[in-house]
Amino acid sequence: MKAPPFAYVRARSLGEVFDLLEHHGESARLLAGGQSLLASLNMRLAAPELLIDITHIAELSGIEVRGRKIRIGALATHAEIQRSAEIARHLPLLSQAAPHIAHVAIRNVGTFGGSLAHADPAAEWPACCVVLDAQFVLRSRAGTRRVAAREFFQGLYATALRPNEILAQVEVAATGTNWRSAFVELSRRRGDYATVGVAALARKSARGVLSDLRVAFLGVGPAPALARASMAALEGKRVSADTIAAAGEALGQDLEPSADLHAAASTKLHLARVITGRALTALAA
Amino acid sequence: MRRKKEIPLEHAPEITVTVNGTIVTRRVPARRHLIDFLREELGLTGSHTGCEHGVCGACTVRVDGRIVRGCLMLAVQADGRRVDTIEGLSDSGELGELQEAFHRRNALQCGFCTPGMLLAAQDLVAGHPDASRSEIREHLSGNYCRCTGYQAIVDAVEDVLAARRKST
Repeated sequence: MKAPPFAYVRARSLGEVFDLLEHHGESARLLAGGQSLLASLNMRLAAPELLIDITHIAELSGIEVRGRKIRIGALATHAEIQRSAEIARHLPLLSQAAPHIAHVAIRNVGTFGGSLAHADPAAEWPACCVVLDAQFVLRSRAGTRRVAAREFFQGLYATALRPNEILAQVEVAATGTNWRSAFVELSRRRGDYATVGVAALARKSARGVLSDLRVAFLGVGPAPALARASMAALEGKRVSADTIAAAGEALGQDLEPSADLHAAASTKLHLARVITGRALTALAA
Repeated sequence: MRRKKEIPLEHAPEITVTVNGTIVTRRVPARRHLIDFLREELGLTGSHTGCEHGVCGACTVRVDGRIVRGCLMLAVQADGRRVDTIEGLSDSGELGELQEAFHRRNALQCGFCTPGMLLAAQDLVAGHPDASRSEIREHLSGNYCRCTGYQAIVDAVEDVLAARRKST
């Protein structure tokens, strides 16, 4: 189908965006890559009166490394992150997750910030940001505030963003050389929405012992959440058939999957256990 | 109190796009997709409109050298940019080897997916000449074909990559 009619403004500065948001309130939507927004407009699931194109605001773009801190602009595309040597060096989890996001033609346009602000329960970046303990930089006329990824995602397509705010960038500390990460996702067709996926990160000792383990799932709940019981089952342990089984067992406490078009709840829980085993094996490798 | 500015909202902004090397200036409704702009305003009907929500890849075109979904981009977003379609890339000869291989391998039946498939395949041929068969499949995963079952398409792309490796 075709999108319903709307007005369009190409904003030149954040100040202009704040003016427009103030003036139009919730009848306006921000347009970045538009890879989710335009699909929902085409399907008439949304009908904003105004689209504010933010893609020409330079300060929202780019990937920047300052010491141990990586700053990813909201407008960085999935493809930019996938190609970035800096990301591969400092935040390998993001490099591992990027190829799972939709397809090449969509990764070329869709943005990091757009995906996070949209907060689709099957999206890859939210789970990665939760695991990486990322800080989201939210800007508004009133100033700047920082919200941790774990507080940012509040439910199905629901975030801590206020109506007058824009997600400007994300700050993440580089994962050190003794850390290991893994991203595993299952979907019917490569690049389709995940049936279930997992992002995992841990510190690994020379003896192969995992600590500070962080595991978060996508596609199983309304928002990404840490799998705390599983993490506790693995903390301070080596990866083995026994610890994988214990982590899988504990997932029963962590996850309450709901059925969707792809799979029944019990299938999702089973698949979550399968990919947890794969992710842990990858961490240990 | 801060003065409220009047904000100009455009329902049909004027855009200038370089389409297959030709500079085109038009006024387009904001809601018009790039694919409909190309097909209906410019008569470039080689790129197809399929699912219209980003799943099938029939509308794949190139914007500033990178493949995109024509149904998930507004024409106004292409303002100031370069757009290349199957028509331009066929005329320039860039797709010649792939087109020949698709023909030889029977990699199309109805042909509806072919323009998008060729653009996605060329993106791989140009950017990843060492791609394995599974990498070809992965790269083309965003393009649906409902006739051939993909084997012949993957064969054709593999042929082109192999021929290129041989000649260098």
